[in-house]
Amino acid sequence: MKAKPENVLTGSHYLDGNHASAEGAIAAGCRFFGGYPITPSTEIAERISQRFPLVGGIFVQMEDELASMASIVGASNGGVKSMSCTSGPGFSLMMENFGLAIMMETPVVLVNVQRGGPSTGLPTLPGQADMMQAKWGSHGDYEVIALAPDSPQESFELTIHAFNLSEKYRMPVLIMTDECVGHMTEKVVIPPADEIELVERKFTDKKPGEAWPFEWNNGDIPPMLPVGKGYKFHITGLTHDEKGYPVINAEAQKKNVSKLMNKVRNNVDDIIWLEEQDTEDAEIIVMSYGISSRVAQPAIAKAKEEGIKIGQIRMITVWPFPEKRVRELAKKVKAMIMVELNYGQVFLEMDRCAAGNCRTSLIPHAGGTVHKPDDIYKVIKDVLK
Amino acid sequence: MKFWRTPLDIDQLKIPQGEIHIVKERCKGCGFCVEYCPKGVLELSDEFNSKGYHPPVVVKSGECVNCNLCEMICPDFAIFCLRVDAENKEVANESKT
Amino acid sequence: MSTSVEPAVREEHPMERILRMDRIPHIWCPTCGLGTVVTALAAALDEAEADLDKVAVVSGIGCTGRVAGYMKLDSFHTTHGRAIPFAFGLSTARPDLKTIVFSGDGDLVSIGGNHLIHTARRNANMTVICVNNFIYAMTGGQVAPTTPITAKSSTSPFGNFEHPFNLPLLAASSGAVYVARWTALHVRRLTKAFREAIDKRGFSFVEVIAPCSTLYARRNKLGTGLDLMKFYHDNCVIKHGCDPKEVEIDYQSKIVVGKFVDIEKPTYIECLNEGYKSIFGDKYKPYGGGDGNN
Repeated sequence: MKAKPENVLTGSHYLDGNHASAEGAIAAGCRFFGGYPITPSTEIAERISQRFPLVGGIFVQMEDELASMASIVGASNGGVKSMSCTSGPGFSLMMENFGLAIMMETPVVLVNVQRGGPSTGLPTLPGQADMMQAKWGSHGDYEVIALAPDSPQESFELTIHAFNLSEKYRMPVLIMTDECVGHMTEKVVIPPADEIELVERKFTDKKPGEAWPFEWNNGDIPPMLPVGKGYKFHITGLTHDEKGYPVINAEAQKKNVSKLMNKVRNNVDDIIWLEEQDTEDAEIIVMSYGISSRVAQPAIAKAKEEGIKIGQIRMITVWPFPEKRVRELAKKVKAMIMVELNYGQVFLEMDRCAAGNCRTSLIPHAGGTVHKPDDIYKVIKDVLK
Repeated sequence: MKFWRTPLDIDQLKIPQGEIHIVKERCKGCGFCVEYCPKGVLELSDEFNSKGYHPPVVVKSGECVNCNLCEMICPDFAIFCLRVDAENKEVANESKT
Repeated sequence: MSTSVEPAVREEHPMERILRMDRIPHIWCPTCGLGTVVTALAAALDEAEADLDKVAVVSGIGCTGRVAGYMKLDSFHTTHGRAIPFAFGLSTARPDLKTIVFSGDGDLVSIGGNHLIHTARRNANMTVICVNNFIYAMTGGQVAPTTPITAKSSTSPFGNFEHPFNLPLLAASSGAVYVARWTALHVRRLTKAFREAIDKRGFSFVEVIAPCSTLYARRNKLGTGLDLMKFYHDNCVIKHGCDPKEVEIDYQSKIVVGKFVDIEKPTYIECLNEGYKSIFGDKYKPYGGGDGNN
């Protein structure tokens, strides 16, 4: 279905990534926001606090990130699209109830505007060092979907896409942006509402008493049960069965964990979104995401001018990691280079999937600023030596 | 029943009678109903249920006034009363829980 | 004549309408007071003639936290300490529901303490039932922020030497509009308190002192839950309207019960709507609340 015109700020705007993300949320139909201020994500909360009263949403500044995540899971279970935004230290706090959202199969969207870490780190400067935490941050086995925008325009679009994915797959979706993209101001073109596709929540069409909250029939994502309509369902964070009741044994654990993993693993072709350039006959491939992919552009262009056969993969979805594509390419190319603002996180996945078939190289960076294109260029030149 | 004065409607006064139902298998022998029945109608029996607990048994038959306190205070939902009217027929329990 | 009967067709216990009978018998110990509190809540919902389709129960982790799994209502068993913010999100997104938080002292006041005081401050429209058994029962009997001084527990094996919380004072000073304390023994007054709390608009807090036989009573050599109930019987003093500052509980001391606070205050959503209306006038779009098919 299409977005509602009164929600969409159609037109050409000059917005920063955070503001664009907030607009994307409103256009997607988000009507509950529970957040806590943390640099550099606060602008999302601020814009939503300004816009929500005029679009019928509720903005609550909660007492901490723990409450923020819990409240958006609660509101989403009530039937309302909900989101929150945070950065590194808050992301760590939200992990507990992020796991609850995964377990309860509740659609929510969480934006992490990454900054330098660890701990309080660099509140006002970029980093991309939460990527592994996005995948493994909460305890237990599960799969996540994480998107990485590289511009304010993409922040707008990917926020809508995140809501759509979360409703489609009944799970929390992360937007792993960074301080650079969050705070950079660029032209953002917001299309008319009828050009924005939304995925609405699927509720069961069975009657109360005949439907259970987690009916896994043939691997399809089960529709949710609406609260307050007589279904009187129970859902818990404990390992549970189809009925939502806690079942504490190994068999139930296997069923439960498998379904959470397979939800994403069986649908990777639909979820993974890559932007590839010149990868077909490349000898060197540069992989990156978010702001690092923009920084890599001039280096790649310079290398191309010198005749180096170089291709680029920009990961728009970082999780699930494009294993199949990387395994395929690793057999054809000579080297793969990862550019990210950390000391090797998504690189580990690339390296694992390359499986020794090609050389892999990381251009690490502790964060605080972005790479210098020259540093990237040097690595491109030297990687085959 | 002793009154300090005789109520004007004493001839209409009907002390209710209750019929106690015990779900023996759910009882955990806690003794709350025995202790707090205002008429002392119950005692823990000597028999065992399948979990090894002693469920209560009515020892003062005819004295239950359907106050429903045992029903309210039982933590295991194992005892309830139904009102018995003068014709000895059970009627629906008015004090629903 | 009334006798104990075993009729050919078993009569249904009145509670069976509101319990998930496929999960009964419950896991609580013999002489635990939790079942009694659940019965009181069910009776209160009945007396209030609440639409059971529109009642949601949210609980946390712990023995009391298991309540959500036994009541046949839209129920949510959330993470430790986060029942209140979860319920806040749910009740704010769905103002048409009666949201009841039913959790224990450790869950609501220790890890959940921050959420308790802030949600009370906001005067969100929900009822919080805090079952206080003075201990962390589910995990084996550790000390709780409500454990009285000198009481023993598995992590205070020589006695607790920390001052406990005075829960009615905590709730009242945070801004709750209805604060009461009863014990599991006072079933009828408890039912009435639940009824009043549920009907009250705003943040209502009812503390229920309940016996924990396997952990609290056993570790402190106080007998069984029945002995604790007898203790409540002999040592509770009813003082409606008492100043919450004066209702502290010492180890095996008298317990002041009653309705301590019952005031009127605009709720969170009422404040929000009034405030924004005064600024935006007709342009303000009050949050209408999703109805499950948003």
